[in-house]
Amino acid sequence: MFILISNYKEKLLYKEVKPLEYVIEMLNITKQFGNFRANDNITLQLGKGEIHALLGENGAGKTTLMNVLFGLYQPEEGEIRVNGKKVNVTSPNVANDLGIGMVHQHFMLVENLTVTENIILGNEPKKMGVVNIKDAAKKVAEISNTYGLNVDPYAKIEDISVGMQQRVEILKTLYRGANILIFDEPTASLTPQEIQELIGIMKKLITEGKSIILITHKLQEIMDVSDRVTVIRKGQGIGTVVTSETNPEELATLMVGRQVTFKTEKGPANPQEEVLSIENLVVLDYRGVEKVKGLNLSVRKGEIVGLAGIDGNGQSELIEAIAGLRKVKSGKITINSKDITGLKPRKITESGLGHIPQDRHKHGLVLDFSVGYNAALQEYYHVPYSKNGLMHYDVVSEKAKKIIEEYDVRTQGEHELSRALSGGNQQKLIIGREVSRNPELLIAALPTRGLDVGAIEFIHKRLIEQRDKGKAVFLISFELDEVMNVSDRIAVIHDGQIVDTVIPSETTEKELGLLMAGHSKKENGQHVRKEGVDRDV
Amino acid sequence: MSNRVIKILVPAISIILGLLVGAVVMLFSGYDPVAGYIALWNGIFGDSYAIGETIRQISPYILAGLAVAFAFRTGLFNIGVEGQLMVGWFASAYVGAAFELPMYIHLPFALLAAAVAGALWGLVPGILKATLRVHEVIVTIMMNYVALHVVNALIKTVSGGSYKTDKIQPTASLRSEFLSNLTDYSTLHYGIFVALGMVIVMWFILEKTKTGFELKSVGFNENASQYAGMNVKKNIILSMVISGAFAGLGGAMEGLGTFGSMTNQGGFTGIGFDGIAVALLGANAPLGIIFGASLFGSLKYGANNMPNAAGIPLEIVSIVIALIIFFVACGYIIRVGLQRLNKKKEAK
Repeated sequence: MFILISNYKEKLLYKEVKPLEYVIEMLNITKQFGNFRANDNITLQLGKGEIHALLGENGAGKTTLMNVLFGLYQPEEGEIRVNGKKVNVTSPNVANDLGIGMVHQHFMLVENLTVTENIILGNEPKKMGVVNIKDAAKKVAEISNTYGLNVDPYAKIEDISVGMQQRVEILKTLYRGANILIFDEPTASLTPQEIQELIGIMKKLITEGKSIILITHKLQEIMDVSDRVTVIRKGQGIGTVVTSETNPEELATLMVGRQVTFKTEKGPANPQEEVLSIENLVVLDYRGVEKVKGLNLSVRKGEIVGLAGIDGNGQSELIEAIAGLRKVKSGKITINSKDITGLKPRKITESGLGHIPQDRHKHGLVLDFSVGYNAALQEYYHVPYSKNGLMHYDVVSEKAKKIIEEYDVRTQGEHELSRALSGGNQQKLIIGREVSRNPELLIAALPTRGLDVGAIEFIHKRLIEQRDKGKAVFLISFELDEVMNVSDRIAVIHDGQIVDTVIPSETTEKELGLLMAGHSKKENGQHVRKEGVDRDV
Repeated sequence: MSNRVIKILVPAISIILGLLVGAVVMLFSGYDPVAGYIALWNGIFGDSYAIGETIRQISPYILAGLAVAFAFRTGLFNIGVEGQLMVGWFASAYVGAAFELPMYIHLPFALLAAAVAGALWGLVPGILKATLRVHEVIVTIMMNYVALHVVNALIKTVSGGSYKTDKIQPTASLRSEFLSNLTDYSTLHYGIFVALGMVIVMWFILEKTKTGFELKSVGFNENASQYAGMNVKKNIILSMVISGAFAGLGGAMEGLGTFGSMTNQGGFTGIGFDGIAVALLGANAPLGIIFGASLFGSLKYGANNMPNAAGIPLEIVSIVIALIIFFVACGYIIRVGLQRLNKKKEAK
């Protein structure tokens, strides 16, 4: 494996990149925080009119590097050149003046203002002391047309979709005259269709003479849109490759520093008796609308059942009902033949449920608690973690240290705030907490959302490990790859019901896609649209 | 500069800045700031009597600060400390006067009555918040007015139409001949020990108990806490109840210590509201609250000496005191300034 990496390195070193006119050059940038080198000698050169991907694992230093470029941090070593001239980016204002714009991962928009109002915020054009919305809106509409963004300047932010909000962010940078756009993980919160549209927009921006830096850890995206890729790992610049001359496997290896298996390796399942059984379950959502409509499902010991489906077809309500966080209207849920319908969350946990919730910030962790406190969040109330009403924080720390080590949670220690951890490490902490209790049934809801390949591989291995120990695993995912790779059986949910259960080796992504869209499988192999689903799809 | 140095420097610089601006105000009003500050100093530390009175003044501030901080640490904003303190004051004065019991029962009983009264006053907003999601700030503010007028009505009722409750029995009093003699016959009483004891209690609850773990967890993230099997409603109510109990004890400092009775209140005592500032100055940490309360108590008491000794009118004195507190509260600005300075040094 080592030879393999050094081979790649040679390839990188000796490859002369075709001469480009560089709009931005970040040369040998080093940024240090105390003893920690967040960026260690990284070089990134952005050619004019290119989409340049910046690839690295969570916490590799991508954001730090971009913050250096954006003037939020001053580098200890190295220099930045814009259009060949050395510059000193001392603040974001300087970056703005240089034509650098950032499209943030978390949108910085005021919900109850209009698109135009958001765009001019902080820099309002005035006519006789009054804000001149009309002219601004006109200019916004003009830019929107030029780049095919299709944004209504007078729409309120709260009324438009996430994808549209992102376009507003793009518009904002263009309105301020940016020629170089930095996209920070732009696809994290988009639907597949919105991602396609975004890719179109990026290509359009390039044809109009802009240059783009794309920060991401999604390999497929890089393959789809970028011209070149700069890889960084643990703060170090690994090198730059031309996208057309590489492949996802190579990129993954460069990023993680070892070979990564995309196809999850696992032996055959050995399913035993039933652990989770759901009969005719009906659950309402917060508005009182029926979201789970008479659902039946079973998960057995020693198997992983994947739940495939499009977001919003009752998955969240189903999980919350099993975990006791949402009322069950009718039907029955049992774990190991024990009826848990309507029990309190803690009783259900004690009945053998481990739960990796889909929203790790909202349900998974108390972000302002330390790593140690969070490690004990499900067990703090009993011996040995507490006794006679008093906490035994030394035992809590011991437990946390064990999880940190076994689950490779990268943290400064059990006293660090969980908020300070990267997404992947937060997720590993939750998985450590849940899996280390060795639950009879493990529910993993979108366990790998937003994580890089290394972390995904790790999490999949843990799920399979649980299965091989004879536990039941129930995996909910919106990613077809994941469901196909990890599950032993796939239950497809549509409109609050399981429309079919298939075996991964006997199905295709296309068939799954059709099932998820509400088509049912017929004996003769033809797909027939089920009645009454048209309005939902 | 390390973070620790900054932490210590911030309040020190704040106080100095406050004193400087206060001096300017005195100068412009035609008074001698040096004489003024000497009078202030003497008012606080001048003799053992002044020290005794200052410490006496600090005790209720500590408890009011604890009440605010406890709620804050568990995710709630208790603006109702003022009202909880008043009902606590009345309860302690009533129990202190109405019963004849041996001291070892009577004094704890009277203190307990104050704590329970404050707790009940906190229970109402707690229940409303937990069950109906009514914001606790609104309810606690309104409960302050209710407390003010209910207490005044009760004083009238129990005293048979008078404006003042009966003097408490000596068996319920926190007064201490020993402490009083030690400080040249000041009104210093054992209340300060109760207050300091409660600082330890607050620290213990939050940092050592299972209940504290749950309270903090619910305060930070209700969703994750519910998912971890905690009873969110119970914990919200409990937080307000404990906070109210601290406030009620603050009232007992006045009822059983300083005054030994309760007089018809023309308006709010202000201690409860100052408690908010005390808690914020102290960063809601137990030791910080002792610092905040000491600052408030000293300035409040010491300032009384400024009109007498330096001839500065009470109004100017109030402005000077407010300025000092203002600058301490602006500690954030000073902290940011120091960090900038730090960064610049680092950059070089």
